[in-house]
Amino acid sequence: MRGPDNVWAALATRRYLVSSWPWRSYAYLLSSIPVGLVTIVLLLLGITLSALLSPLIVGILMLTGFPLVGVVIGTVERWRVRVMVPGGISSPHATMPARMTLRERLRFRRREQGSLRALGYGVLLGTFGWIASAAFAGLSAAVIVVTLLAPVIATDDRLEMGPWSLDSTSEGVLFLVTFGPLWYVVSSYFLGCLAGAEAELAKAMLGPREDELRRNLAELRRSRLDLVDAFETERARIERHLHDGVQQRLVGLTMTLGLAELDLPDGEGKRLVVKAHSEAEAALADLREAVRGIHPRVLVDLGLEAAVREVADRSPLPVTVRMTLPTRLPPPIEAAAYFVISEALANVAKHAAATLCQVDGWIGGDRLIVTVSDNGVGGADPSAGTGLTGLVTRLDALGGTLDLSSPPGGPTRLRMECPCRLDD
Amino acid sequence: MPDRPLSIVLAEDSLLLREGLASILDRAGHEVRDAVGDADTLLAVVRKNPPDLVITDVRMPPGHSDEGLRAAAAIRAGFPTIGILVLSQYVADAYLSSLLETTSGGIGYLLKDRVGHVTEFLASLDRVAEGGTVVDPEVVRQLLARRRDDGPLAALTPRELEVLALMAEGRVNASIAEQLVVSEAAVRKHVGNIFAKLELEDGLDRRVSAVLTYLRR
Repeated sequence: MRGPDNVWAALATRRYLVSSWPWRSYAYLLSSIPVGLVTIVLLLLGITLSALLSPLIVGILMLTGFPLVGVVIGTVERWRVRVMVPGGISSPHATMPARMTLRERLRFRRREQGSLRALGYGVLLGTFGWIASAAFAGLSAAVIVVTLLAPVIATDDRLEMGPWSLDSTSEGVLFLVTFGPLWYVVSSYFLGCLAGAEAELAKAMLGPREDELRRNLAELRRSRLDLVDAFETERARIERHLHDGVQQRLVGLTMTLGLAELDLPDGEGKRLVVKAHSEAEAALADLREAVRGIHPRVLVDLGLEAAVREVADRSPLPVTVRMTLPTRLPPPIEAAAYFVISEALANVAKHAAATLCQVDGWIGGDRLIVTVSDNGVGGADPSAGTGLTGLVTRLDALGGTLDLSSPPGGPTRLRMECPCRLDD
Repeated sequence: MPDRPLSIVLAEDSLLLREGLASILDRAGHEVRDAVGDADTLLAVVRKNPPDLVITDVRMPPGHSDEGLRAAAAIRAGFPTIGILVLSQYVADAYLSSLLETTSGGIGYLLKDRVGHVTEFLASLDRVAEGGTVVDPEVVRQLLARRRDDGPLAALTPRELEVLALMAEGRVNASIAEQLVVSEAAVRKHVGNIFAKLELEDGLDRRVSAVLTYLRR
């Protein structure tokens, strides 16, 4: 069983006192003392130094570097707060574009809002945070230690406790058992609240803001789109290379061999040339098949509808295509839809034992919807095949989805939805 | 030597293939009047001095998409009597249907590999120049693999479909008989049945009309 995942939820349970949370609170509050001290010392040193150097330009330049200190504080604190927030706080910093020099990277970070907020948090921690933590957690810890040691201390010494004075072991033990639990209860709840509040402050100041979250999401989407794009470009490049290079040479070879056949007298030599000719043709046929799999030309030239009809024609079972697309769609979307359909048709032919198959495609609102259904045996398992998995990833990057419904006994229906535009 | 030497304009962007094709045509005694590398030049030379036949690649500069096909359509519109043979690297009947939308004049659609079968290739060329229709066996095979329960072809027997497919390749009865290992009389009987079963357009060669029915569906 997993316990509550934050201190507030833990405080509400009856098991709070025997859980790890009181100790986490202690650890968090006590550890903020050195961190806060180091922070404030560093900040004060920095300010003093830049004040001293301000007659020189260096001092002013140093001041502009302060947000970078914030970045460091943020990093340390997001790490430390995991004691209280097991899931951690995600960073508000944006992913930096690739290929930046160190200088550009520093400037990028310096200008981020998140860095300034972290600097502000550092100031708060350095001025109030560690003092409050030290006062309450330190005092409470000291009281607990003294209480625990009361029997030992009282044996040899006198221990003044307000109105009481303890001067024997038994009095110490009595004090420990009466006062100890009471203090543990009171201080645990109080420190839990205090540590919780500090963690909340860290969360609020060091975590990403709404707009930063949105921006990060948009960045992620863009970078995935870039990947799909790069992938498509590469496919097109390979296809063109094969088409303009290898295929042409093979065709040239078959022409030469064809001419040689005409000139050669019947005999072993001619037989070999004829054989070479048919081998070259077989290679060409294989290459044609491969090129089509890489990047179907019809798709590029004539669009999704024509390309899907071609695939349907090549399928060994009768496939009805009903597709009405008013315009051409962006290439990555057309390609994704094409590969989904051709993979689906290949699967139907291989596994479904179907006699009929139907492909429908239409635009609903601003989405392209494609369904592939067959009258086969059903029971298709989307996790078993690897063919569709890659396509799901690709669709995902485009903001699309793929659903498979295939109850045992059929019918099987694959449904793909994808936005028609790339930029939203 | 061919029955009559044809004046031919050749459009193919790959230098290697252009030279190869030209040398094959040269050997056969045809006159390769112009060999060009892009669709615009093709249109220009055809307009200036119309040849008997145009041989063009589908994919050509500048866009490397279907410029060759579009040039073919433009030539067909302006000069209906020029035979057009389209060479393609792919089997794609999407291209074919756009070609067949214009039916007067000879038309051919062949995979580039066929050029290597020099004798057959030259025979196809002559047929296109005479106004016939020639479609690549591979395309025909693919079309045949399509099973359809509707349309005029549903009435044909598998054997009749086979004969029709060979007709679409541009073969004459003797060649079909040889291919199917039957007598020429048997082929004539099948062809008669095909003509009877298909509702053919008036004013067209029945053979071409049957083939077009087959290809369009």
